[in-house]
Amino acid sequence: MARTVRNAATGEASVTRYLLRRIGLAIATLWILSVIVFFAGQVLPGDPGRAVLGPFASRIAVRSFDHQIGVDRPLVTQYLSWVGGLLHGNMGISYSFRTPVEPIIVTALGNSAKLAALALVIIIPLGIAGGVLAALYTGRAIDRTISLSGLAASTVPEFVSGIVVIIVFGVALKILPYPTGSLAGLSVPSQLDHLILPVIPLVLVLFGYIARMARAGTIEALDSDYARTAVLKGLPRSVVIRRHILRNSLLPTITVIATQTGYLIGGLVVVEQLFNYQGIGRQILSAASSKDFPMLEAGILTIGIVYMVATLIADVLYTVLNPRLRVGVSG
Amino acid sequence: MTSQETAAGEQEIPAGSEPTLRVANLDVTYRVRGQNRPAIRNVSFQIGGRESYGLVGESGSGKSTVALALTRYLPRNGLVTGGSVSIAGKDPLSMSGSALRDLRARTVSMVYQEPGRALNPSIRAGRQIAEVFEIAGLDRKTAADRAEDMLRKVQIPDPGQVMDRYPHQLSGGMAQRAIIAMALAAEPALLILDEPTTALDATVEAEVLDLVAGLRADMATSVLFISHNLAVIAQMCDRVGVLYAGELVEEGPASVVFDQPSHPYTVGLLRCIPRRGQRKDHGRLDAIPGFQPAPGQDITGCIYAERCALVIDECRTAPPPAFGIGPDHAARCYRHEEAAALPRSTPADASLPSPPDADDPIVTLRGLSTTYKNAGTELTALTGIDLTIMRGETLGLVGESGSGKTTLARALLGLVQPDPGSVLEFDGSPLPADLRRRRRDLLRAVQIVFQNPDSALNRRHTVRRLISRPLVRLAGLSGSRLAERLADLVRSVRLEQRHLSLRPGQLSGGLKQRVAIARAFGGGPRLVVCDEPTSALDVSVQAAILNLLADLQAKEQVTYLFISHDLGVVRYLSDRIAVLYLGRLMEVGPAETVFSGPHHPYTEALLSAVPSLDGQRRERIRLQGEIPSAATPPSGCVFHTRCPRKLSTGVCQTTEPPLAAVEPGHQMRCHIPIGELRRLQEIATLNPQ
Amino acid sequence: MTATPDVAASPGQVPVAHGLAAPPAPWRLLLRKPTFLIGTAVLVFWVVCAIFGRSIAPHDPLAQSLLARNSPPSGAHPFGVDSIGRDVLSRVIVGARDILLISPLATLLGTVLGTVLGLVMGYFGGIVDTLIGRVVEAVLALPVVIVAFLFIVAVGPSPLTLIVVIGFIFTPLIARTVRTAVLVEGQQDYLASARLLGERPGYIMFAEILPNVLPVIVVEFTVRLGYAIFAVATLSFLGFGVQQPTPDWGGDIAANYGLLGAGYWWETLFAALAIASLVMALNLVTDAIEQVISS
Repeated sequence: MARTVRNAATGEASVTRYLLRRIGLAIATLWILSVIVFFAGQVLPGDPGRAVLGPFASRIAVRSFDHQIGVDRPLVTQYLSWVGGLLHGNMGISYSFRTPVEPIIVTALGNSAKLAALALVIIIPLGIAGGVLAALYTGRAIDRTISLSGLAASTVPEFVSGIVVIIVFGVALKILPYPTGSLAGLSVPSQLDHLILPVIPLVLVLFGYIARMARAGTIEALDSDYARTAVLKGLPRSVVIRRHILRNSLLPTITVIATQTGYLIGGLVVVEQLFNYQGIGRQILSAASSKDFPMLEAGILTIGIVYMVATLIADVLYTVLNPRLRVGVSG
Repeated sequence: MTSQETAAGEQEIPAGSEPTLRVANLDVTYRVRGQNRPAIRNVSFQIGGRESYGLVGESGSGKSTVALALTRYLPRNGLVTGGSVSIAGKDPLSMSGSALRDLRARTVSMVYQEPGRALNPSIRAGRQIAEVFEIAGLDRKTAADRAEDMLRKVQIPDPGQVMDRYPHQLSGGMAQRAIIAMALAAEPALLILDEPTTALDATVEAEVLDLVAGLRADMATSVLFISHNLAVIAQMCDRVGVLYAGELVEEGPASVVFDQPSHPYTVGLLRCIPRRGQRKDHGRLDAIPGFQPAPGQDITGCIYAERCALVIDECRTAPPPAFGIGPDHAARCYRHEEAAALPRSTPADASLPSPPDADDPIVTLRGLSTTYKNAGTELTALTGIDLTIMRGETLGLVGESGSGKTTLARALLGLVQPDPGSVLEFDGSPLPADLRRRRRDLLRAVQIVFQNPDSALNRRHTVRRLISRPLVRLAGLSGSRLAERLADLVRSVRLEQRHLSLRPGQLSGGLKQRVAIARAFGGGPRLVVCDEPTSALDVSVQAAILNLLADLQAKEQVTYLFISHDLGVVRYLSDRIAVLYLGRLMEVGPAETVFSGPHHPYTEALLSAVPSLDGQRRERIRLQGEIPSAATPPSGCVFHTRCPRKLSTGVCQTTEPPLAAVEPGHQMRCHIPIGELRRLQEIATLNPQ
Repeated sequence: MTATPDVAASPGQVPVAHGLAAPPAPWRLLLRKPTFLIGTAVLVFWVVCAIFGRSIAPHDPLAQSLLARNSPPSGAHPFGVDSIGRDVLSRVIVGARDILLISPLATLLGTVLGTVLGLVMGYFGGIVDTLIGRVVEAVLALPVVIVAFLFIVAVGPSPLTLIVVIGFIFTPLIARTVRTAVLVEGQQDYLASARLLGERPGYIMFAEILPNVLPVIVVEFTVRLGYAIFAVATLSFLGFGVQQPTPDWGGDIAANYGLLGAGYWWETLFAALAIASLVMALNLVTDAIEQVISS
């Protein structure tokens, strides 16, 4: 049974405490990730000197190269200097390109961000609208269509839908450019034109998931006792939906969107590869195959940070938007 | 069925004036898995202006369906298949769109069973009430002011602050008041209350019921009160209709129907409830044999025929019409004149257990305290409990939410760890507080029957497995001896062999509870804790289970710790009673003494709060405020914040009284001497309200 | 003789219980659903391909015919020929094998481990739950795809690696779901009853709780199976799954998508459609199962 909250201030204090704990957890996890990334890189077979200088270079040359880049120091020292460098914004020198890693990563991140942003701008309204619509007409044809197609779309891998989309629009109909390539120097409308094809697989995958969450949340709200109260008060249906239902049904959906970042990142990797788009995913893949450790580690860490920031935002949003958590919990 | 006097006997509505609600031959059907299931059959009744009508029925009677049909909020598979409804002259069944909205906004309002869930958790309470005024066309500011007025009218303290609160910050009682405020804001012609107090504590329930009665007197609203609780209906309603399996079997003025029931079902129902202080030594409760008809079953003839002891051939061939018995009193029974003489289905004579030994304790608790840690705060559920349970007796444990009665039971069972320093003894030897450290003989000795059989029985196991398990684990039986004991046990709880292969989902509530009881008795326990064993069951089934518990006690010579919020049932079954409030014992004594007085002011309030079919014999005590939170108990006597008999010397606020013997065998925790209490409470009895 | 309350008032009349007939068995309901039937049919087709692929395929999937390189679909090669002269149809048929081997095994591994972990966490609660929970949270906080990717790159791709990595990644996810279901069951009194009988924790977890959370686990399994297929295909596409020259849908797409610009669509489309059909079929089956369980 609910008890009267005697002090709203305690509620707010506990929210701050929770947030601090959450940020602490994020930082700790970030640290763990950096350790994993670094040491995984060490386990990868192959000697950087040999990889860079080629199979015909002399052993002495290789060893001197290795010494130059410092891979013969104890692991812990290497790790600490790496982390130290990172904190100063220095991500090291790429083995493959012999240039600083940082500008490459930053540009790549920017490209990926463009693609991701476009995807989100399309998915969020579409997914929510689809889910709410399906819930309002639950059990009927429109619901089954949206639900089933959403489900189907969300489990077809991005590269599969990508191939189909490329063949239809890029090869057969030739109305959209493939491969996407670089956006440098293109006008905004032209950039958008190039981004349409790669965005489609991302949208398909995420739409299903978001629509499903929105639908489930809305159905739960529609079946609730407070929805009944609202209707029996004599409120018009549109007001009931807008004011009473959506507020409660979209709360879980909004937080889910932020947690989709993981899938979005994975999708970006695949899509960039397929469309030859110079995003951070593609950068990491090529770094992995050419054993360019600094690039690889920096890239993965960057993605890790993005992911953790996104989930942190998700948690914060949920806590802040939920009155039960914001204003103190009942006994 | 037209005009008649209200309970207060003041007003008479002239015959022929339009009733506020007229329901005529209403049929409602649900479509489940392709089959049609009639939920309401040919129900007709009327409610006049300013009249309060009670619709009483057990689960499955269709009473909530009536409310939903009236407001057109049946689920998608529910359909009104016949009959007509008229509310204040308008027909909701033919309305849609704005006309229906208008009806809901201005003519009909509803109050629901679970107040916490009926409010939108994301919108402040005040705003939700103001919405009603906004629909009526007021602007936001005026609507908010009027909403605050309504909160004041429903006696919510500090309405300005409550306006800004979210629903989860309101207690159950306050939330229900807010909903009542919301419902009455539009001054509707008809107010429907569907089990409005079932989820509330007794003292809170009394306040809410008083509030509704008071408001009704001010406004010209008619009330449709739906409940399974006959006592509440008797207290609140002018007239009553008894619903059985979707049909109205009897109708009439409340006092008449409950005093001279004329339908065998009503008679049976009333016999299931312990009345006028009935105790187990006076005789067994009568139960109603058989089951309600299966949903969707086709019935020719009287719907009650298969359970009726007065059944004749005519009953099975043609459904009986409504026979008039008195002005406004009718019953659908061919034999309504002999209804009162309905033969009992359970013999009245009781097999009595041997009277409990006054000085032979089986359980001793000393200084029992339990503390919960919940998200940083400490909650003391029990404080310093000193209690003895005598061998062979039934000790009734009474208290509202927060009293700690469930915690006490769980501590006894070893499911909850008491604080260090608590002493538990069973049969003279120490009782390990941790269940895992109890040896098998102790596990056998103390068992429990839980409140909700759906939760207490593993729905994936068969009945056979459920009952055999304790025989295997505790009694160590196997093979033919196991089979023998199993058959024995099944017989003693009056189940049948064919039930053994079923799963709980296929059994009715009463049958499930019997399985739970069989399981509790399987190991041959010496103490059985009964935690609200009948609260989740229908009234007609409760009696059978109570009888069973009483019989088993006589046969197996067990001791019961009987927990219940239903005081009538506690009085029926218990030899002694202990009253808990906020984790402390307030009173312990023989059942009769505790009930008739003199008793603790809290007990007094509790007794006066509970509605009774037998009318109020004492002054209504109104407790102020809410039950305090266990996290911040009041100083001194924890009851002082609400005690109507608080001493003016202020000692109640500063010092906690000890639990002391005020008479032989009777202990109380109160600063007021018992002589004084006796005097004050006798005066109150002489001036009943 | 007194009529027993609660049981039939007159002999011969019997509600078995409260008139509740046992609902039709779940599989019977499933068989009535067209989504279930279509989905199962497609799944069965691919399973047959996976098992008997070599016998069904018209050509040897590894045989290269240099003359026919990049030829479009024709009578002899209904799906065309790829860039190094191999018959696409045969490769598609045989390519079902690895993905249909790895995905279910990985999911099974994850489900078994996740169930045990979830049961333990949910049942014991307290310090056990907190400890394992923190580890699980930490693991889930990391972008799992990335970590998996790292592992596979480090250890080298092989079917066993994939099974183990995907299985281990699923474990915390499934454990979380199972734990929640167990906590819900924990509110029920039958667990207290079991403890009062002195039942041991192992018995309570597996004989009392598990049967009640089984529906949840079944649904989780089918859902995760879809994700497993997704993951295996994607990893193969990225080059970290099944390696060439073994026929594999994802791998073949990776090998041939560069030629799309030149218009050689058949070399990738059919493999893509194969993946899509498998995934959709699984979804239909999952959807049907969920519908039946929830009704």
